[in-house]
Amino acid sequence: MNAPEKPLQKKRFDTIGKPRRRVDGRAKAIGQLRFADDLVLPRMLHCKLLRSPHPHAVIESIDVARAQAHRGVHLVLTGAEFPVPYGIMPVSQDEHALARERVRFVGDPVAAVVAVDEQTATEALELIEVKYRQLPTVASPEEGLANPEPRIHDYGEQGNIHRNQSYEFGDVEEALAKSDHVFEDLFFYEGNTHLPMEQQASLASVEGDGKLLLSSSTQNPHYLHRQLARVLQIPAAHIRVIATPNGGGFGGKCDPGNHEFVVSKAALMLGRPVKICLTREEVFYQHRGRHPVLMKFRTGVTKDGRLTAMHLQTLLDGGAYGSHGPASTFYTGVLTPVTYELPRFKFEACRVFTNKPACGPKRGHGTPQPRFGQEVQLDKIAEKLGLDPAELRLSMVTKPDSLTASWLRVGSTGLADCIRKVVEMSGWKERRRKLGPGRGLGIACSSYMCGAGVSIYWNKMPHSAVQLLLDRSGQVTVYCGATELGQGSDDVLASIIAESLGIDPGFVRCVTGDTGITPIDLGSYSSRVTIMMGNAALQAAGRVRELLAAAAAEQLNTLPDRVVFSQDRVFAAEDPGKTMSFIEAVALAETKFGTIAAVGSYAPPKPPGRYKGAGVGPSPAYSFSACVVETEVDPHTGWVTVPKIWIAHDIGRALNPVLARGQVIGGVYMGLGEALMEEQAFRRLPPKLSSALVHRNPSMLDYKSLTSLDMPEVEVALIEDPDPNCPYGAKEVGQGPLLPVMPALANAIYDAVGVRIDEVPITPDKVLRALEKKEKGEVPRVGPESFPAVPYPAPTFVLPPWEGGDGNETKRNDKTAVV
Amino acid sequence: MSAVPDRVHMTLRVNGEELPVSFAPYKTLLEVLREDLNLTGTKHGCELGECGACAVLVDGEPLLSCLELAVQCEGREIQTIEGLAKGTELHPLQAAFADVGGSQCGYCTSGMVMTAKALLDSEPAPSRERIREALSGNLCRCTGYQQIWESVEEAARVLRDGKR
Repeated sequence: MNAPEKPLQKKRFDTIGKPRRRVDGRAKAIGQLRFADDLVLPRMLHCKLLRSPHPHAVIESIDVARAQAHRGVHLVLTGAEFPVPYGIMPVSQDEHALARERVRFVGDPVAAVVAVDEQTATEALELIEVKYRQLPTVASPEEGLANPEPRIHDYGEQGNIHRNQSYEFGDVEEALAKSDHVFEDLFFYEGNTHLPMEQQASLASVEGDGKLLLSSSTQNPHYLHRQLARVLQIPAAHIRVIATPNGGGFGGKCDPGNHEFVVSKAALMLGRPVKICLTREEVFYQHRGRHPVLMKFRTGVTKDGRLTAMHLQTLLDGGAYGSHGPASTFYTGVLTPVTYELPRFKFEACRVFTNKPACGPKRGHGTPQPRFGQEVQLDKIAEKLGLDPAELRLSMVTKPDSLTASWLRVGSTGLADCIRKVVEMSGWKERRRKLGPGRGLGIACSSYMCGAGVSIYWNKMPHSAVQLLLDRSGQVTVYCGATELGQGSDDVLASIIAESLGIDPGFVRCVTGDTGITPIDLGSYSSRVTIMMGNAALQAAGRVRELLAAAAAEQLNTLPDRVVFSQDRVFAAEDPGKTMSFIEAVALAETKFGTIAAVGSYAPPKPPGRYKGAGVGPSPAYSFSACVVETEVDPHTGWVTVPKIWIAHDIGRALNPVLARGQVIGGVYMGLGEALMEEQAFRRLPPKLSSALVHRNPSMLDYKSLTSLDMPEVEVALIEDPDPNCPYGAKEVGQGPLLPVMPALANAIYDAVGVRIDEVPITPDKVLRALEKKEKGEVPRVGPESFPAVPYPAPTFVLPPWEGGDGNETKRNDKTAVV
Repeated sequence: MSAVPDRVHMTLRVNGEELPVSFAPYKTLLEVLREDLNLTGTKHGCELGECGACAVLVDGEPLLSCLELAVQCEGREIQTIEGLAKGTELHPLQAAFADVGGSQCGYCTSGMVMTAKALLDSEPAPSRERIREALSGNLCRCTGYQQIWESVEEAARVLRDGKR
């Protein structure tokens, strides 16, 4: 028996690191897990939404009389019932459950019908008469900048600019002027959507005590709970939100949805349960997916390949509402300096409203776009300087516990190990440039945060909390507001509690994602759950363990800190013969102390940056990934085949390697889909059909995603160097592994056929166009050709740590004394 | 238009049981399974035949239940995910999906497992390529498919060897 251990020092684990059936695996495999649309209640009614056919219009009148009179209809709702706006972010409360005066995209909900069944509700939708007056529309950020009027919203920076910001960490122009080379590149990343297999569904009801219960497919029951109280104008204590197990989320179920308010209101008005399930087409309108982003990188390097400075400009197509936009805007740059040493960094970003479904957070939230540009540009730098792209990256990875120019603390990093590992696995050195014509290898890296350092609404309370309850029967029940999306958060919770108490995870019952029962966790976003929920769980388990150890020590005739918990038993460290069952230990503790329960909570450490805006980007830890993609490009069709992908992910520690590996491969899959085919694209109908700006492909057939036949084999290496800020050292794995895939693919295509595709998705027509240019002796590149004049504000100027800064904003002229 | 349309009454044979049921005649097999027989293990992702989440077996063949009218299924042998386990003992496909990562969010799992069952019923030792092909009509957004292929291979091995 080992001496009592702190989690990180623990040498031998019972549960952690062992491949295991996930705690919810059985229910899923037998079809017994109940998703939101599987729920049924007596007297339940069904709801359907009427959506705008126009991209931008004033609602002049709505006549619901005929719909109301339709047989089987119980209620028709319009924007008149929803005077209070909402929005996931406090600074963007710009949505109404049903549009009141204006619609802003094709698909904006304007009315709702509640009826005996879906069929009847659908019939009644057709009977609602809405008179619209159409307004000029904005199809792109460029159009939005050029046309400040009419404004899509009457708030924001100016005209149709929602957010506009600028940060400069050290004098970037000075550093660029002194650089041996300055690379200037433009990139474009098309928008795409989450496409979770489960369509959003919600069931609202009024419980026996008169309180509202909303069971919904949501990633963030806590934020939804807050917004419901606001919109419905009833105390939060009278509302209970249950996050049903989600059939995938990927960020798409983070924002509160119109339908959630509508069925809640309807249930309260009718006193009957009301259910809605969005159609697949409606899921494309709900969207909140990847922002299309145009990017300009100006990067200085020395002749031996050291970065000197980077000036990054981004322009985001926000769609019709704010959503997470203020955060998304930051994320198109804040994580850029985390991977490689970058002495100075300037970052300007602008988000423009357009008349399309709102963009928001999708897996990697704002980071895949700049990472694509950064990593493709690095490939160009390596090519120009005659350096091996893997060696170039390896030579400049950020150091552990270092600060970036922007004052992010890097913490632990396994990036160098990741690069070495994928180089080895892929046979990079032996195979690169030796695969023959049309075949190539490309490498790229990335990093992602393990939870945002700051909550979406300002507060100093815990980000995650866990309550643990034990009783004499040996039952261990753990309560936490965290939400299961399929990523395995319940399994993480059970495994951390089980390991800490030395019991089988099967002993642990998880009760999660229920605002009426579970302590608050902010939600399943920003790769925060393992770290934040896990640390809260560790604290709760530690407190319970102390009680059990104190009680058991008396019986085992040892000291409490010599009590060891393992294999469903409790031992004295010095003599494994002195032992009792875990259940006996719980009973002793209950006898000695009364009911055994404990809470634990977690808030991230205070970030080192102190300038305004320094709250976006800091994280308790960062994960790192490196990826090599192999390609075969058909020169006649431009068709890109990917035979294999190798990826190494610095996960700190894999709590359940089956799930960790699944997250990595799933991330690679989604990244490859974005790289090759996924796009949320729009077109204008001809004038005789109203010129509306419509979604090009709102179906699973037309929105292309990789099938089982398209997906290559992925070889995964998990780099495990436990991070001291993370529970048992475990960092995130849900989002990071997606990020290096797109640039690695683009770099592999260059390696294969010598053309640069500086935008995603990289479709065969673009490859073919670039090959034709190459044939004609033109620059063999397809990508954006210009960056519009964006009225970025004067930057917030902050000196990097190594230039005498203190993390605060300084006046620019102060710096000359220091440099 | 009638708000409460006429209903048809028939007996469907589901998972070996004769189940009398009455429903509106326009309803798909998917809707009747989920809404009238409370067999919600079968999922829907598009209701347009694009995603495979609603696959069930009809007379042993995988069929998209969202595209089939329930009235056309009288007298046919319908198998859903609920009928696969023997009591509480999981079918080897179900056990493998739970154990080796074939199921993440679980929403595509029923359709995947039923489609894979049809494959293994006719080909006990399919190649990786055959598995990929057989499942190519079933979309999954979580797994990247690899652990699904591995689950099917593991189940095939268990079914052949008779042990886990």
